[in-house]
Amino acid sequence: MAKLNLLLLLVLVVCALGLVTSQHKARKLFSELERAQARAHELDVEYGKLQLEASTWALHARIERVATGTLGMRTPDARHVRVVTVAGGK
Amino acid sequence: MSAAAPALVRLPVWRARFVMAGLVAAFLVLAARSLYLQAMQTQFLQEKGEARYSRVLEVPGTRGRILDRNGEALAISTPVQSVWAIPGDVQASAAQLKKLGALLGLEARELRRKLEDRSRDFVYLKRQIAPETADKVAQLGLDGIYQHREYRRYYPGGEVTAHVVGFTGVDEAGQEGVELAFESRLGGTPGSRRVIKDRRGRVVEDVESIRAAQDGRDLQLAIDGKIQSLAYAALKGAVAAHKAKAGALVAIDVRTGEVLALANVPSFNPNNRARLSGAQLRNRAVTDVFEPGSTLKPFTVALALESGRVSPSTLVHIGNGGLRIASYTIQDPHPETELSVAQVIQKSSNVGAARIALALRREDLWRLFDRAGFGAAPQIGFPGEASGRLRAAESWRPIEQATMAYGHGISVSLMQLARAYTVFARDGELVPATLLKSDAPAAGTRVVSAQTARQVRAMLELAVQPGGTAPRARIMGWRVAGKTGTAHKQENGGYAEDKYIASFVGLAPASRPRLVVAVMIDEPANGQYFGGVVAAPVFAEVARGALRALGVPYDAPLEPVPLPGAGEEVREST
Repeated sequence: MAKLNLLLLLVLVVCALGLVTSQHKARKLFSELERAQARAHELDVEYGKLQLEASTWALHARIERVATGTLGMRTPDARHVRVVTVAGGK
Repeated sequence: MSAAAPALVRLPVWRARFVMAGLVAAFLVLAARSLYLQAMQTQFLQEKGEARYSRVLEVPGTRGRILDRNGEALAISTPVQSVWAIPGDVQASAAQLKKLGALLGLEARELRRKLEDRSRDFVYLKRQIAPETADKVAQLGLDGIYQHREYRRYYPGGEVTAHVVGFTGVDEAGQEGVELAFESRLGGTPGSRRVIKDRRGRVVEDVESIRAAQDGRDLQLAIDGKIQSLAYAALKGAVAAHKAKAGALVAIDVRTGEVLALANVPSFNPNNRARLSGAQLRNRAVTDVFEPGSTLKPFTVALALESGRVSPSTLVHIGNGGLRIASYTIQDPHPETELSVAQVIQKSSNVGAARIALALRREDLWRLFDRAGFGAAPQIGFPGEASGRLRAAESWRPIEQATMAYGHGISVSLMQLARAYTVFARDGELVPATLLKSDAPAAGTRVVSAQTARQVRAMLELAVQPGGTAPRARIMGWRVAGKTGTAHKQENGGYAEDKYIASFVGLAPASRPRLVVAVMIDEPANGQYFGGVVAAPVFAEVARGALRALGVPYDAPLEPVPLPGAGEEVREST
């Protein structure tokens, strides 16, 4: 009887230690998850900013201004444009 | 004691029993109490306990983006921080407060006023500031000052797409335009989760997700950024050049019914809506109606052709430009004795159109207008779409039937007008207009026969040739067709002598139409007010750019298009 009790006590201690470790691991993993989520949020902020920046640089009005002003480009009139159709196309 | 008095003192038995009973009673009380706490009040106590460490956090769902047909962003939500305070908890020196005020862009007096009311538990100091500024605020490390994340909507397209896209309020609920119309699709639903926090307020464990946050879906519009920006620039230029009050433009892809451009002037910057007037906010192309004038003549003629009463070459008696009906006289500015039906369109003769209309049954005319979509909201999903006014045929008097033929006594929105012209562009079919991108060609509803539509299209092509009303609508490389409108504005129940609405609706290329563009200029006041002079050049500019952007093959010889000389242009009165 005493032997069985000792054995059970041992099992109990092992289980208790296991619980403690797994809890600890869970907490650690969770804080990692939190960090990753914070990073994801940071990247999200950055992505939004970059998107805005890209669309500001790519404003059609600005492109036109730069093309005609700085680069001295102009739209070719129809005589200088040839429309090609893919073979078999309409 | 026992050593001094070996004799046994017999204590009365009741004393031991009394103590025993007392102990048992005390245990019973304890047991009862624990039973009460454990069994009857567990839930309450567990809640109280949990409240010490468990918290429910809101998880925001982000609002979907709005994109143009090429995937360029027209509206984006980016995270920003809002700074709030519990006034009673704020402990900061004057220098710290000054720094805080400088970071938030608040005046010292305003900041003090916000923090003065100590009875309040929550006061916003500043909403929606940039994340970098928010970091600096956090670094001040002030007690009682907190932040939380919000999303703010940015509109890269600015004033160019302002009316289509609309805007949201500070809480990201749509208030105008597509933002309002497609609110349910764009809007995200916030979720929540339960977490365990430690003493220092850090989240240590995620207990459960109560509700998952749902992000809103992206919305891809039919608008083409390139054409839209071209349309806005051209329209703005024309409104400025003619000192007009306002202007609007709608461009529709004939094959799919997609709205490629929808521009209004005056516009506004949706990113900074501090001083806005109602005139800037109005999406005229969709919510305003006007008497279209001559742009309605092709429908009258189409009905006459359809009924078989006339052919394009049938001669109509004009009688030197005067037609008396009851006490009214309908007049043409350039009197001729006779015009063919095609010439009635080409030269925009009111008398001709009225005579053609009087030979038709008014019910038929009403039915045609109705089927072309006048008098009913176009149902493109925009808030506040105007349906215009088309009175029941039984109430038309003969003079009204005559004026209706050239677009008076009926009111339409520019969107309706543009859509109605798809009838001529698609060989007789009316295409439902849509704001959303769609790849498949749209099924139309037949309004007139293909033959009639082609005949009217040929007449509309004459109207932009020299000798027509709108030679300025022509462009090099593509054949175009279209009709001008110059209508007196309605004012106080009558027509204003000196206020006009100049319009032009055109389609291109005429051989196989791909595009319908409708332009309306409100009150041009710089001497010129004819649709052919004021509105047609805007059409030409937009159609040229749009056809190139769409890669439409040429169908006309590549020769420069000469501008009309003096006197070559036919003027019109409506």
